[in-house]
Amino acid sequence: MDSSQTSLGEFESTLKKHAQELVESLERGRFGEAVQLIHQLNQTRDRGLYQEVGKLTRELHSAIVSFQIDPHMPQAEEVSQITDATERLSYVVKLTEGAANRTMDLVEESTPVLNDLAGEAKALSVDWQRFMRREVAAPEFRDLVKRVDSFLTHSAEGNRKVSGHLNDILLAQDYQDLTGQVIKRVTALVTEVESNLLKLVLMASQVDRFAGIEHDHQQLRAEKDQEKHPTRGEGPQIHADKREDVVSGQDDVDDLLSSLGF
Amino acid sequence: MKILIVDDFSTMRRIIKNLLRDLGFTNTDEADDGTTALPMLENGHYDFLVTDWNMPGMSGIDLLRKVRASEKLKTMPVLMVTAEAKRDQIIEAAQAGVNGYVVKPFTAQVLKEKIEKIFERVNG
Repeated sequence: MDSSQTSLGEFESTLKKHAQELVESLERGRFGEAVQLIHQLNQTRDRGLYQEVGKLTRELHSAIVSFQIDPHMPQAEEVSQITDATERLSYVVKLTEGAANRTMDLVEESTPVLNDLAGEAKALSVDWQRFMRREVAAPEFRDLVKRVDSFLTHSAEGNRKVSGHLNDILLAQDYQDLTGQVIKRVTALVTEVESNLLKLVLMASQVDRFAGIEHDHQQLRAEKDQEKHPTRGEGPQIHADKREDVVSGQDDVDDLLSSLGF
Repeated sequence: MKILIVDDFSTMRRIIKNLLRDLGFTNTDEADDGTTALPMLENGHYDFLVTDWNMPGMSGIDLLRKVRASEKLKTMPVLMVTAEAKRDQIIEAAQAGVNGYVVKPFTAQVLKEKIEKIFERVNG
């Protein structure tokens, strides 16, 4: 970075010096000398430009190397870290989906067990109350005793089953550890890629200064904004509590809708 | 009461399906985006639509607009259940004729309230 600052400084001081000489030459009518000066100016500018383009190319090359992409290899894409990161994230999606489905399977299996026990208990309770009021005759009582006995067995079985499912639900949350590690690695890669890209942008801006190219950043940003399709949606908002244009929860949504007459 | 659930994530469809079953709505079908949902709505006899916003193919807001533009479907109650939380988007959905808007993550209680409110208004 320092060397490009000096070469740019050199170019600018040569530009200033030669510009004064150029004006003098022209005022004195020495056109040959003037053309010579313009030629020298061009040469200095070209030299700096080539230097910066060279640096940019080298930087691009080392960026490609650090992404581990060999452009000559047919399987270049397969070995790149970005592809690796994509695969890692797909693994996260797969793992979380698996855990969610496993949890829901277990809940769906537990609910009928509990519902059956609740139904059985409710029916027994009605007859038990009748027994307490001495409304149950001996033959019916024998039947009631059998039902209580079988309920106790069912209850123990159901309890074992649901406890087992709850334990499995707990175990199904182990994805958090694995996905957390994967996401941290991908985040580190994204940060590295960003800093490499930033370096390239700085290099490119040096080339722009030599070449006298100016970008209309406002226009570029406006074009970028237009590319966003509002109907596509943006997905979950991360800093909802810090943003004015985003609701912070269902209560906020309800307030907004009622202010619209809902 | 026949309900169509539209979301691109099968787990979210399953969660909504289970919550609806808890509320006593057992007749539900699923679609993974607006493009598959629209012909199902046009050809089946659905009473209620629950849709996500952000989906590949046709988004939920576009599906809502198609439903409101259709002679057959325009009066169908639509509940949006989505992670889209920008004020502009909620206003956009309201203007497109949504009957309820639930932001993810949501609770069973919120979903129940919104569905009950929609039916109250439709029947009243």
